[in-house]
Amino acid sequence: MNNLIRLSAGQARVVADDPWQWLCEPDQARPVGPLILPLPAWLARQDEATLAGRRFSLDGLCLAPDDEVERIAAYLPVLPLIAIEFPSFRDGRGYSQAYLLRTRLGWTGELRALGDVLRDQLSHMRQCGFDTFAVREDKSAEDALKGLAGMSVLYGRSAIEPRPLFRRRGGAGT
Amino acid sequence: MYQYDEYDRALVRERVAQFRDQIVRRLSGELSEEEFLPLRLQNGLYMQKHAYMLRVAIPYGTLSARQLRTLAGIARDYDRDYGHFTTRQNIQFNWIELEQVGDILERLAEVEMHAIQTSGNCVRNITTEAFAGVAADELLDPRPLAEILRQWSTVNPEFLYLPRKFKIALCAAQEDRAAVMMHDIGLYLYRDAAGELLLRVMVGGGLGRTPILGQQIREGLPWQHLLSYVEAVLRVYNRHGRRDNKYKARIKILVKALGIEAFAQEVEAEWQQIKDGPAELTEAEYQRVAAAFVAPPYASLDDADLAYGSALARDPGFARWVSRNVRPHRVAGYASVVLSTKPATDSPPGDVTSAQMQAIADLAEDYGFGEIRIAHEQNVVLPDVPKADLHALYQRALSHGLGTANIGLLTDMIVCPGGDYCALANAKSIPIAQSIQQRFADQDALHRLGELSLNISGCINACGHHHIGNIGILGVDKNGSEWYQVTIGGSQGKASALGKVIGPSFSAAQIPEVIEGLVKTFSDYREVDERFVDTVQRIGLEPFKEQVYRQAQVPA
Repeated sequence: MNNLIRLSAGQARVVADDPWQWLCEPDQARPVGPLILPLPAWLARQDEATLAGRRFSLDGLCLAPDDEVERIAAYLPVLPLIAIEFPSFRDGRGYSQAYLLRTRLGWTGELRALGDVLRDQLSHMRQCGFDTFAVREDKSAEDALKGLAGMSVLYGRSAIEPRPLFRRRGGAGT
Repeated sequence: MYQYDEYDRALVRERVAQFRDQIVRRLSGELSEEEFLPLRLQNGLYMQKHAYMLRVAIPYGTLSARQLRTLAGIARDYDRDYGHFTTRQNIQFNWIELEQVGDILERLAEVEMHAIQTSGNCVRNITTEAFAGVAADELLDPRPLAEILRQWSTVNPEFLYLPRKFKIALCAAQEDRAAVMMHDIGLYLYRDAAGELLLRVMVGGGLGRTPILGQQIREGLPWQHLLSYVEAVLRVYNRHGRRDNKYKARIKILVKALGIEAFAQEVEAEWQQIKDGPAELTEAEYQRVAAAFVAPPYASLDDADLAYGSALARDPGFARWVSRNVRPHRVAGYASVVLSTKPATDSPPGDVTSAQMQAIADLAEDYGFGEIRIAHEQNVVLPDVPKADLHALYQRALSHGLGTANIGLLTDMIVCPGGDYCALANAKSIPIAQSIQQRFADQDALHRLGELSLNISGCINACGHHHIGNIGILGVDKNGSEWYQVTIGGSQGKASALGKVIGPSFSAAQIPEVIEGLVKTFSDYREVDERFVDTVQRIGLEPFKEQVYRQAQVPA
């Protein structure tokens, strides 16, 4: 059970049957089923055709905070899922990684927050482009749903709202 | 003044409700202190030595009389009847109960105020100078762009968990009164020959453990690119700033590690990707915000007022106050007034009682247009006072303990709350300030010394800006007791400089003597009306050191 929230067509729900398993340690025993792997492990497990962009990968990729998102640009067409790890909820690098994946690299597939993922940060994650949230194990995903909406006002722009407020106001220039 | 629209109001209201809920969850134990900590910091709530402290934002230091009355009410109803103005132009309440914070924020929201991002590792209150819009040497009004930046940085989802706090200041006058060089991003606004509004961007300034002045990263940036450029700087910092050591996490450390040129290249590369996108500011948005900062309906007055002139001649106390506390105004017949929050020994610098806040609000309405500014030196400014009213205002200010004539003088100290309140402090600041004020009680002697800034911080975090005081005092811990290191030669403004340590530190009891020694050396070597900082620059540290350590009998 991944304690997962999925946002789909504006609706958020808790997902009970998420098949993905996150292997954060490279030497962890590998269970059956689809895996989410750190970048080095993901690279090591792909065959040449996948790395060359000719075949879909079966493995999801998890970025650590100091992984450069630009490094995985070539693999985006073959990836089934990208996850971004928050080792601590106070480490904000994942927000920029997510924002860049969505707005600059054009990633449209699933973008998952992993690690220290808590209710009070979910709305910021959503704004930066995450659409699935693996809430920390000891917390209730049902409760965390309440954190997704956040505030109704966003002054700047975000991954899901490309126009800053001053371009959305009535009568303002476009 | 800027007035909230429905978006601003909704955001502040929703934020109050959100934080109320977070407080309830903290009190029930649902949120751990670790989880709650950044949430409360981003809502201005610190845990100090004895109680919670709430820091309320005063965007670019501008307040209305109505807002100040609300602050007075909060001081009276929820605190011990006073508040403390800070060097980020904010106000702090020191004795706050967690259970009451929601109600306090609610009252603030009613007058379009909040405590959002006054702490935490995020973009803090945007500051500019206290005389914005009225200073005689102003090139243009910095407040519209400050407000645009305030909105952009408020709950910006990408930049709420930065490596460390992030401070931005703007200056748009000949003289820099906003300490721009010691900010993470400092912005100088100016116009080119064609009248185009441009920005000079400084980056990587800051005090604290590693004091560094900002370096220029960009010149001639058209104002339309303000937000995209700041976004580029923040993104580079968010991705690459150090997070392993809180003392090496400010952007200045990243800039220093990469070198300004390499850092500038990173920013430029990032900026090229976003500069022409939707973040580019529009003329319509600038005008919308600027409309909130139109000049008040000034009367057409003679610049020379007869009654004012005769009051100056008749009342030497008034004349002295005018010489220090009254500033030229760009409109004929008007002046800006600085009310000193540093009356002497009976109240700590920056502290203002609720009765005084009420009195200031009255003065602002009776003699101005109901507007008040907070200076980063922790004083209160009434920006628009007709010269004809100055004498009446002075007398009323005096009766409320707000008429001290010491702006820019040695007793106009910047002082952090220090060990009396702050859990981070190594040493007390307020008693040191008071002992110095006591020693320099002779007003004639004080005025003869002329301009001399003295800044005191209770620890290396440098909230009292000791590095940029002409005289700086830093509280240090030596084997569990409180000692004070002294620097001289620091200054703020466009000629910013960091002070140099004169030698081994002193006990609290020695400090008044030490300051007297510094001042004596200055008087001995001073040429005509030279300022203290210029004498230090001209003759160097040695004569000061020699005098101070000889008289203190401490080995240099």
